[in-house]
Amino acid sequence: MDCFETAPPEPRAIPGGAPADPILAVEGLSHSFGARVALDGVSFGVPAGRFTVLLGLNGAGKTTLFSLITRIYNTRRGSIRVFGFDMRRHPAQALARIGVVFQQPTLDPDLTVIQNLRYHGGLHGLASADIEARAGEELARIGLAERADERVRTLSGGQRRRVEIARALLHRPSLLLLDEPTVGLDIELRRQVLDHVHDLCRERGLAVLWATHLIDEARDGDGVVVLHGGRVLASGLVEELRAAAGVATLGDAFARLTEKKVRQ
Amino acid sequence: MNATLYWRCLRAVIVREGLRFVHQRERFFAALVRPLVWLGIFAVGFRAVLGLSIIPPYETYILYEDYVTPGLVGMIQLFNGMQSSLSMVYDREMGSMKTLLVSPLPRWYLLVCKLLAGVLVSIAQVYVFFAIAWFWGVQPPELGYLAVLPALVLSGLMLGALGLLLSSFIRQLENFAGVMNFVIFPMFFASSALYPLWRIREGSPTLAWIAGINPFTQAVELIRFALYLQFNGTAFLAVTACLVLFLGAAILAYDPGRGFWVRRGGPAEQG
Repeated sequence: MDCFETAPPEPRAIPGGAPADPILAVEGLSHSFGARVALDGVSFGVPAGRFTVLLGLNGAGKTTLFSLITRIYNTRRGSIRVFGFDMRRHPAQALARIGVVFQQPTLDPDLTVIQNLRYHGGLHGLASADIEARAGEELARIGLAERADERVRTLSGGQRRRVEIARALLHRPSLLLLDEPTVGLDIELRRQVLDHVHDLCRERGLAVLWATHLIDEARDGDGVVVLHGGRVLASGLVEELRAAAGVATLGDAFARLTEKKVRQ
Repeated sequence: MNATLYWRCLRAVIVREGLRFVHQRERFFAALVRPLVWLGIFAVGFRAVLGLSIIPPYETYILYEDYVTPGLVGMIQLFNGMQSSLSMVYDREMGSMKTLLVSPLPRWYLLVCKLLAGVLVSIAQVYVFFAIAWFWGVQPPELGYLAVLPALVLSGLMLGALGLLLSSFIRQLENFAGVMNFVIFPMFFASSALYPLWRIREGSPTLAWIAGINPFTQAVELIRFALYLQFNGTAFLAVTACLVLFLGAAILAYDPGRGFWVRRGGPAEQG
């Protein structure tokens, strides 16, 4: 394994990589737990600078998909490539380019904000000086710089979420994964977090995969991947999906897609 | 370059475990009070009941407090090993283990970092206990405090690896009580921590045999001999072999391609 430090996106002269390649490429991915099929032939891509919503009801397979992309467990059938690196063959390089915000809160409530960030930075092999500098930047960005030395316990739910996003960006990933990040937040906080990640996506050219069951979290210009019963029913831009279904809202398009699926 | 990354990761895990330990003061006191109760109450009462002959590594008659101290040190490490397995299960339930596992470093190395951090915490506790025991009159040779350090590292790793392995089998936090009943107590009582093996043999040869093959007995004897500046080769080999076995099995159990992640669909599978 060679160095996986956070080099800036080099020209993608990597096995199988062409410049137009998506940052995240999932192909023919299937996974089952015993007899239960959780994912069945899932394929989609997330290009740089695109906010992509992974839309599915509970039980659609979103968390399984996230577990495979983050290599909590191995891909059995199909492939996942991040920045051209295959997750099975080059897990270190692939993981080094992913930032993750999990559905459950994963900050240590008894440690301070900065201690949490240092822990994460260390796990990614960052130098202390880099961690301090980047943590300062990221915290300033979310308006929490002066609370760096306070325990996470004292932060509100929305602030914690933003710290988790800041933490996920510490090692400068190309791909940001968020698994139902607005669970437990009120409408106003949800909007703030959503705006924040859209901004990041636009300003830094991040590829974002945002899993949710809340249809209104997808905005015009976002990509959508509709996951239902472990299969991708449709993918494209929000407006494309609406046009293809011939309806006015994404909600209607989603209802139509999943309805058809049920009837089959 | 690569070694630097590994070192930074290890340092981060150690700092985190250390901070967590310091912040959880109840845990610190509980870890300390437990062996002190044994030393201050149990050992005093037991002194009159149990006559000890001169057995290696001791060269003179010793008080029961002297005998039981290495056993209580072992107890500190045993509880710590199980505590770390408890925290692994907790981390898994709470999702914070995922933060660890998405590090680009190999998973076996992340587990070893966790293990080492836990051992350092246990050794800190052991030395605080030694200090209090010294005032209590348990005063092994001064050099013994240094000689026991490598023994503590090895026994701590072995008991921590056992905890790690157990954590891969425990589904939920509630099941941890079972670990107390079925692992900690039998391991502690069926060992040479509280009474020498020859004493147990008088009561029950079978129990003495069980205590003899108990990895915890070997850990305690390794510590006991080292504290009195002697090297117990059998105990050293036994503890090392158990460490290799437990750690190897734990690494297999946490492997992303097999083990419980795949069996159970990973932590907190929600769909």
